Amino acid sequence: MNTSRQVDTSGVWLVIPLYNEAAVIGDVVTRARSVFPQVVVVDDGSADDGAEVAREAGAVVVRHPVNLGQGAALQTGFEYVRSRPDMEWAVTFDADGQHQTDDVLAMLEKARAEDLQVVFGSRFLDDRTTPSLAKRLVLRAAVGYTNLTTHTRLTDAHNGLRLLRRDVVERIDITQNRMAHASELVEQIGAMDVRYAESPVHILYTDYSRSKGQSLWNSVNILVELILR
Amino acid sequence: MKLVVVQVLLIVVVAVVAARLFRSRGARAQAIRRLGVLAFAAFAVVSIIFPDVWTRLAHVFGVGRGTDLVLYGLVVAFLSFTVTTYLRFRDLETRYTRLARRIALDEAEVRGRLEGGPEH
Repeated sequence: MNTSRQVDTSGVWLVIPLYNEAAVIGDVVTRARSVFPQVVVVDDGSADDGAEVAREAGAVVVRHPVNLGQGAALQTGFEYVRSRPDMEWAVTFDADGQHQTDDVLAMLEKARAEDLQVVFGSRFLDDRTTPSLAKRLVLRAAVGYTNLTTHTRLTDAHNGLRLLRRDVVERIDITQNRMAHASELVEQIGAMDVRYAESPVHILYTDYSRSKGQSLWNSVNILVELILR
Repeated sequence: MKLVVVQVLLIVVVAVVAARLFRSRGARAQAIRRLGVLAFAAFAVVSIIFPDVWTRLAHVFGVGRGTDLVLYGLVVAFLSFTVTTYLRFRDLETRYTRLARRIALDEAEVRGRLEGGPEH
């Protein structure tokens, strides 16, 4: 499973938050590691044996003793990769198999070519991804709110695929444990005054990911978490 | 006309209380909250001894009945309670998260060392 492109991936660490996805995590880690050998899976207190599966697939596993939320898992992952001196880039990657390593390679090339510190994935830069109408509306509203409240101009604020350079990873401090962390991340990066860009990504909406996807109700929760803090 | 006055007043109070409890933590906010509770208790005693004190006070503000005034006060108190409780839980959650993260990272480090160096 080699990619056609020859890109140096040695300084790249994938950060994968994991919560009860033992069914797919082994595959996701194996496939990711064929391109990016360094993977840290943050198991967010799963009840299943996903952590063991990920470890067998060759990932470093950091395990929360209790469930804290995806935002907390990402921050733990960031703090882990910060402790690795070889880390130049950190990539936030989903455990459910909806992200493509090819997109990460494109992001990495873009960042290197244009000397960027952050590259956000966006579903809306090309027409490969086809979210449902309801989902599109929620995402549009979310990005509208994020652009309004932060110093950024993005087309997709709640995309889980991001590439962050070491100096940015060192300054990130996610305090929103649950869903609002995506907006918080954008907000912190916006306040840092770093060079960022977006790169088109293809999100695979499999039946599996759809069955546990964000509902419209969740956007209400995100908004409340952002306002009350 | 008096109703509008009391409405505006109550809305302002709700907003101010919410904003204060939103923004400030620490010794001063805690002291203010405690004084508030004390005043509330004192007033409760007074109103037990003189049951019609609420009604008289209500008339001063232009509210029809004393019970209504009590209700408004309760709404404000409940709102502030909700907000402070939420914030307190968030504080607690932050500390709890740091603790859990520390444990997770330490454990990973020990395991990494046991398995022989950074590359496993």
